[in-house]
Amino acid sequence: MEIDLKLIRNTLVVKIQGELDLLVAEKLRREIDSKIQSQQIKNLVLNLEKVSFIDSSGLGVIIGRYKRMNAKNGHMYIVGASPAVEKILFFSGINKLVPLYRSEQDIINI
Amino acid sequence: MNVKNYVRFEFKSLAENVSFARSCVAAFASQLDCTLEDIEEIKVVVSEAVSNSIIHAYENRCNEKIMVMVSIMDDRSLEIVVEDHGKGIEDIEKALEPAFSSDSSRTGLGFTFMKSFMDEMEVFSQPGEGTTVRLKRRFKENEQKAYA
Ligand SMILES: Nc1ncnc2c1ncn2[C@@H]1O[C@H](COP(=O)(O)OP(=O)(O)O)[C@@H](O)[C@H]1O
Ligand SMILES: [Mg+2]
Repeated sequence: MEIDLKLIRNTLVVKIQGELDLLVAEKLRREIDSKIQSQQIKNLVLNLEKVSFIDSSGLGVIIGRYKRMNAKNGHMYIVGASPAVEKILFFSGINKLVPLYRSEQDIINI
Repeated sequence: MNVKNYVRFEFKSLAENVSFARSCVAAFASQLDCTLEDIEEIKVVVSEAVSNSIIHAYENRCNEKIMVMVSIMDDRSLEIVVEDHGKGIEDIEKALEPAFSSDSSRTGLGFTFMKSFMDEMEVFSQPGEGTTVRLKRRFKENEQKAYA
């Protein structure tokens, strides 16, 4: 799995490639947390376009990061989830807390 | 009910092996000519059961063993058994509750996915002995084949 972190002003964009399971959940959590600890980050965008698989270990990281962003009055967005990934996200109800978008451009356009 | 085909494999309790186990079961299950969506669900189910053995049963100790057995029955059903010899579950009823987890950083949705994506789920566990999860899913007769 590859994790690409990009900081655009007060927004952290995290692009993930590969399968989001137990093996990578911990690494992803650490990488995101080391960045969002900083006060200046107000928005977290998770780009899942290249994620081919997710299970409850991956979901745990997403829900945990949502709680952190929420605690600091920040926002979180999920982008580009495939139908298979989206099904798992819907199942957990995370879509009621975190808005899902087709592409990064769609967030900018709102 | 006769077993038409089966595969049985055992591996070390390493997180690297979770993807190996689900891909292996998915490849075997594709003999059933089920849909891609079915295969995706089977992958999630195996991932959940095997991850539970690694994290909960063995508490991330990597020198332990996990066994997976997959069978295809005569009636086009798929049976998956995941077995560990870890710490076992004290209160199975509680463990099966949606969103229950003994670890606050987890979602507690593993068993919920297994139950939702399969037709049957049975959990046998003995504290100090280990846990066996047995999952079963029936697939309808492939229509194209039926008319051929
Ligand atoms: N193989 C296992 N060995 C021991 N305990 C287990 C096992 N599988 C599940 N459990 C227990 O059942 C609980 C619920 O499991 P699950 O629904 O997968 O949620 P999670 O893995 O997120 O905790 C776990 O928190 C754990 O306490
Ligand atoms: Mg679990």
